[in-house]
Amino acid sequence: MSDALQTGVVWAIQALIILAPGLIPLAIVPGLVYVERRMSAFIQDRIGPNRVGPLGLLQPVADALKFIFKEDIVPPHAHRWLYILAPAFAAVPALCTLAVVPLGHTLHVFGREIALIAADVNVGILVVFGLTSLGVYGIVLAGWASNNKYSLLGGLRSSAQMISYELSLGLSVIGVIMLAGSLRLTDIVMMQDKLNWFVFLQPIGAIVFLIASYAETNRLPFDLPEAETELVAGYHTEYGSMKFALFFLGEYAAMITASALTVTLFFGGWQLPYYLEWSRHLPQLLADLIPPAVFAFKTLFFLFLMIWVRWTFPRFRYDQLMDFGWKVMLPAALLNIAWTAVIILAGWV
Amino acid sequence: MLSAYVPIVVALLFAMVVAAGALVVSALLGPRRPTTNLTPYECGITPVGDARIRFDVKFYLVGLLFVIFDIETIFLISWGVVFRDFVTAGHGGYIFAIMAIFLGLLVLGLLYEWRKGALEWDER
Repeated sequence: MSDALQTGVVWAIQALIILAPGLIPLAIVPGLVYVERRMSAFIQDRIGPNRVGPLGLLQPVADALKFIFKEDIVPPHAHRWLYILAPAFAAVPALCTLAVVPLGHTLHVFGREIALIAADVNVGILVVFGLTSLGVYGIVLAGWASNNKYSLLGGLRSSAQMISYELSLGLSVIGVIMLAGSLRLTDIVMMQDKLNWFVFLQPIGAIVFLIASYAETNRLPFDLPEAETELVAGYHTEYGSMKFALFFLGEYAAMITASALTVTLFFGGWQLPYYLEWSRHLPQLLADLIPPAVFAFKTLFFLFLMIWVRWTFPRFRYDQLMDFGWKVMLPAALLNIAWTAVIILAGWV
Repeated sequence: MLSAYVPIVVALLFAMVVAAGALVVSALLGPRRPTTNLTPYECGITPVGDARIRFDVKFYLVGLLFVIFDIETIFLISWGVVFRDFVTAGHGGYIFAIMAIFLGLLVLGLLYEWRKGALEWDER
């Protein structure tokens, strides 16, 4: 191949990697919605969507078309601009968080090395927290701008819930930072080679992080902001057409981010045990393609777990939710920090 | 190395284009008919009073608690990054004790709030 063509291919791959944080959620969310609906149907002994296309596989396409061609109402009682902007506020941060997450190790294309991460910044974890905590604005603004009692209550509940669990989320990551000595997510993954997945060193931290990430994404059993039986639909009661679809997209993109982060911080990221040792004996192409595949597989597993949990557990009551956040999760996260400090001081890791 | 952040800005712009595109597309393609009922949705009953009702002061209290503990988290992040360096340099006990005192004070505050009932939601 000519030099120009080779350069072109390398550039195309790099452009794809840079756009991946937006493209991956956009590509996976329709499939995820389909899988969720089918799985919930199987768990509840129903059939689920099976009419549009083979096995109902075209259902997401039909849903998207229907969203687009629905009447686009701005209620006269709502605050017009905040009402329109709120869905965008909910979706945008969720669509860029993956930029700092390593999706694999490196690709070797025509003798050049391409890192499988869009932005390898040295404060990766801070960027993630900064972006995910912006997600609460969309929900609060929607609740306020709709000028509807259900929406306001949903938005209020949501803000209190998200900030309560954000503490546990942030504190459960401190242990990871202490072990890795870095905020860069590629460093954190590299530290978890051999059998050193951080989940083995600090199981409490991993569990707290997992539970808090469910609360952050407003998934059952923490979906009180939109509890159907009491608040109709919570903060998006007054929303329809693509505005509702954007909230939906934001929620599912946040699920993907949460799963990818759980994998990256506690379950070795793209690493398999002793991967760096045995991958040297593999053909280059295979050694390049295993890490992204492993990362995708692990992330999909945690997405599956989220769906499974949603259709298995009942919803918390609001006082139980706040009690759990402040009296169980917060002390557990602090305990995890103490535990991590002890194992480092004792020289076990 | 500010250039490392360029892809994040690109991702942000891309996400904004997607969101704006979605809003514009449905505004352009959706049907427009005169809708009769445009009151806030309250299960079919005519809404009474304003939607911006007074709400429990506890939401505000949670906000205050959050700010305190979030600042603590920020301290802990910078402390966590250098923790290992201090341990390898032989100052492990020192850096551990300093954070233990700081955290201990905050935990005392949390226990106080707990005993005072600031964390109770069902109590009236």
